[in-house]
Amino acid sequence: MDHFPTNWGNPRSEDVDSYNTYPVASHSGTVPHSVRQIAGFGHAAGHPTSHTQQPVVTGTSVLGIKYNGGVMMAADNLASYGSLARFRDVERLHQVADFTVLGASGDMSDYQYVKHLLDSQMIKEYNADDGHTLATPNIYEYLWRVMYNRRSKMNPLWNTFVLGGVHKGEGFLGAIDLKGTPYQSPSIATGFGSHLAQPILRKEIENRGGEENITEEDAAQILKKCMKVLFYRDARSMNKFQLARISAEGVKISEPMSVETEWAFAEKIRGYGA
Amino acid sequence: MFSTYPGQVVVDHPVKVPIEHRFDPYVDNGGTLLSIAGEDFCVVAADTRQSEGYSINSRYVPKSVKLSDKTVISMGGCYADCLTLTKKIQQSMEWYHHAHGKTMSTAAVAQMLSIMLYQKRFFPFYSWCILGGLDEEGKGAVYTYDPVGSYERESCRCAGSASSLIQPFLDNQINFKNQVSQKKTLSLDQVLRITKDSFTSATERDIYTGDYLELFVITSKGVEVQKMDLKKD
Repeated sequence: MDHFPTNWGNPRSEDVDSYNTYPVASHSGTVPHSVRQIAGFGHAAGHPTSHTQQPVVTGTSVLGIKYNGGVMMAADNLASYGSLARFRDVERLHQVADFTVLGASGDMSDYQYVKHLLDSQMIKEYNADDGHTLATPNIYEYLWRVMYNRRSKMNPLWNTFVLGGVHKGEGFLGAIDLKGTPYQSPSIATGFGSHLAQPILRKEIENRGGEENITEEDAAQILKKCMKVLFYRDARSMNKFQLARISAEGVKISEPMSVETEWAFAEKIRGYGA
Repeated sequence: MFSTYPGQVVVDHPVKVPIEHRFDPYVDNGGTLLSIAGEDFCVVAADTRQSEGYSINSRYVPKSVKLSDKTVISMGGCYADCLTLTKKIQQSMEWYHHAHGKTMSTAAVAQMLSIMLYQKRFFPFYSWCILGGLDEEGKGAVYTYDPVGSYERESCRCAGSASSLIQPFLDNQINFKNQVSQKKTLSLDQVLRITKDSFTSATERDIYTGDYLELFVITSKGVEVQKMDLKKD
């Protein structure tokens, strides 16, 4: 529709596309120097700015379980580049405040960005110097808002985060995914873990009649059992992982460890053995 | 071999067509909620299961929130959107209280929610809201919404994944539809029994409904919360 009366009554010129209705070859040169140029600010139509990505370097499952006295989490030390096991010493469990641990699965560069955001937030809180530090539920809500606002801009942080901690003597365990969906549960498992490990975690809690009846040693045993199953069945996992324990005494992230696995039976199977 | 529709062209060679991969910001976290208005009370009930596809995220994530002593809101659909919307309502109610020196009435919250939903008409909150409470006369009130803010006051409503299973039952038992029967006002006890039966039945047939049922009973005395077990399979 031509809004300009001076153009009425005359034949329309096909060279002019005033409203950027179709892509027109731009003469600006080969290498774009800015997003504004690509978008076509100031002259003929450029490309629309696009956001929504796909994850590149990724971490697999993160597990978490509440026990009597705190929360325990587990994550392996692998960051995959598609099917390539690229980085084999990545710490996907990260201590945030005195009583909080963040576990990250999904895109590792977005995880690094979130670590930076949380560090900045902790510094701001420290500068306020009012005797308060951010507690686990506070960090959880902050992280939820960050994830939700990014998804609402159609430019998500491609992660599923697990946040574990202790607050007012009670354990706290929650997850937030890339779409900003938050949920809390006595046991959490992301990625493949939600299919392979979560049933084991829930059964163990049920058998003991609740998370109050799980001791710290029990929790470690249960998580190691799950990590073993994940190493057997998740093709993007590694048998080198860390456990993080959060209790009233604080946070302790273990050194990397492995679980015993059995492969000898394969010798007896036609097609797999020697 | 293939049936054609108008405008479709069938060719005998492969065709290059652009494919767009896009991030879908919405997710359906399932669950069912209902609200029934009585003579001098209102019941708001919802299950507590949060699902994602065929998985259960958590067995206890409450869908209902007490907004004031007279009003309870319940939301189903995309939990991230529902929780954001709940926070917006709570914050607006707090500002209202600071500005006017009184709590927002149920009818006022009802209209405000409609406006809030429509403000995101072109990127909606994917949430099915039911607002339950007492009106200014002390009578039970139920307000029903669609995701973009169309709202109406009703005597009872069910929303969420099992709404098509429960709503007809409510039409028959609460409003006496499709039966030759004397209409009578129902007591709180009768309404609670109908509510609990609705949820136990819906749990049997709807995979997204189950785990726990949280009941909010609003009377002139305030808001009382009950929690009961539902089947966890």
